[in-house]
Amino acid sequence: MDVPTLPTPAATAAPRRRQISREVIISVRDLVVGFGERIILDHLALDVYRGEILGFVGTSGGGKSVLTRTILGLVPKRSGTVEVFGQDLDTLGERERSALERRWGVLFQQGALFSSLTVKQNIQFPLRETLRLSQRMMDEIAFAKIEMVGLKPDVAEKLPSELSGGMIKRAALARALALDPEIVFLDEPTSGLDPIGAGDFDELIRTLQQTLGLTVFMVTHDLDSLHTVCDRIAALADGKVIAQGTIETMMEAQHPWLRAYFHGARARAVQAAR
Amino acid sequence: MADSSLLDVHADGDKIRVEGHGAWTSEFADDLEQAVNRQAAPHDHVSDVEIDVSNVQKMDTFGALLLERLRRIWQGQGVEPTIVGLNPSYTVLLEEMTRTGREPPPPERVPAGVFERIGREMVNISDDAIAMLNFIGAVVAAMARTLARPRSFRFTSMVNQIDRVGFRAVPIIVLITFLIGCIIAQQGIFNFRRFGADIYVVDMVGVLVLRELGVLIVSIMIAGRSGSAYTAELGSMRMREEVDALRVMGFDPIEVLVVPRIIALVIALPLLTFIGSIAALVGGGLVAWFYGGITPDVFLNRLKEAITLAQFEVGLIKAPFMAGIIGIVGCMEGLRVGGSAESLGQHTTASVVKSIFLVIVVDGLFAIFFASIDM
Repeated sequence: MDVPTLPTPAATAAPRRRQISREVIISVRDLVVGFGERIILDHLALDVYRGEILGFVGTSGGGKSVLTRTILGLVPKRSGTVEVFGQDLDTLGERERSALERRWGVLFQQGALFSSLTVKQNIQFPLRETLRLSQRMMDEIAFAKIEMVGLKPDVAEKLPSELSGGMIKRAALARALALDPEIVFLDEPTSGLDPIGAGDFDELIRTLQQTLGLTVFMVTHDLDSLHTVCDRIAALADGKVIAQGTIETMMEAQHPWLRAYFHGARARAVQAAR
Repeated sequence: MADSSLLDVHADGDKIRVEGHGAWTSEFADDLEQAVNRQAAPHDHVSDVEIDVSNVQKMDTFGALLLERLRRIWQGQGVEPTIVGLNPSYTVLLEEMTRTGREPPPPERVPAGVFERIGREMVNISDDAIAMLNFIGAVVAAMARTLARPRSFRFTSMVNQIDRVGFRAVPIIVLITFLIGCIIAQQGIFNFRRFGADIYVVDMVGVLVLRELGVLIVSIMIAGRSGSAYTAELGSMRMREEVDALRVMGFDPIEVLVVPRIIALVIALPLLTFIGSIAALVGGGLVAWFYGGITPDVFLNRLKEAITLAQFEVGLIKAPFMAGIIGIVGCMEGLRVGGSAESLGQHTTASVVKSIFLVIVVDGLFAIFFASIDM
């Protein structure tokens, strides 16, 4: 396996609120992704540490989702390496790859629950495919996950089309957590939720992170989330990670986009509120 | 890993010590569950239970859930077990599991039985018939409104639809009808040859293609190709609330989406029928020439004698009606799509099946009609 040659990004030395292990769980090096003539990610480097909640911000259409999807292997990359759990995703065989995919969970922006299955069946889907479990165990696990994400047990028998937006997000999170993954990718988890719901969801992510020892990779635009739950923030602009560190580091950053982002009217309102 | 090493039980008088080992994770959950369930057998004279998990190296939700089940087993027998040696990082997880499963699970959705399904299907069929009448009414009303205000007609949209359902369908329609023409001619020659009646194959091909097969094949092809596309397009627009968006902006979705599509089909289908019929005649003619030895000039002369203009008209008159059926069924099913991907699939299937069924039924009715007016 190739040892990453680039120096670790400077901001890793930034102070943090919680003690987080130095173990790198996702390591992206020299990543180039583009569609046709357009380069979306340009020699991007990023590290995610075990047990942290990383908030990922960037301009709309700037490639946040593309980076997430590239790590997940949904978008092909032109060059560079992506290592997850210390394994280079390019060198993995099919079986190793699917074993690795079981160790991460993904919450898509619209939930992506299977619309023909009930919530319970949605959660049991990955269980059924990968583990040999008794029906009782599967039911209990499904109900445990449903309650862990703060839903009532009677949601279990509902179809996704019968749920509200917030419930869909929670149910989708329950499915992402079905196999007790080590990493969870959240794509704008609080978008489309009311501020109270979004706050609850932030808290939920924090609680689950502590309960299950998760590493969370969260693409978000929610300044409240960035302030309350994220241990570390990485900002993407011009296809590169332009800054990373705690919220305090971000507030002090001089890059014009970051200043506009963290010192804009909405940011000031959030600041004033705390 | 054998389950004995996941869970060891030591009984000592009225005391029981349960010792956990190894990884209590999803991978070994099945073995662990069996070991836990074995503890469910009633024990006599037990006053004290200790569950020692200090040797459990790893625990996830699955392990914690089973530990909780083990605890509830003993609680059910009137003994409150003590859990010792739990790694502090798992205490929150265990607490979480202690809270779950207290409420009874909701009743499961049972798939409908055979009789229930038959009953529902019957009701559906009558509902469908009413919905279709309703929809036809709405389309006619929308067309009337468009006639009253011709400027509101979406001409661009219609032209675009004609391009999609008409012009771009030409290659496949030509290919299929050409092949059908070939096959009919080949079969005709093969069988008529025994009576020395080869030449009548021209009559057969001409009448069959112009009166019936041309319009029927083209309609069925278009129902599969464009009717289904209509359903899928309108269905996904409905799923993404685009239809509702139109409605709240004060537009009638039928006027904006359905009328141009149906008119486009009504214009395109007769043209396609004409092209298809000609392609079938060409196919039949080529086979008659190469396989049956009937030269093109003989074929054409015979065709002129065998076919009247009425034969051709009979086929072509039917085409706009078929187009109307396909368009109405396709759009109606599209606008009835619910929220799920499954529903989209169901309605697309229903759209194709229903329009082909109705096309054939209407073709039969036309046959009776034309026979009784001697056409």
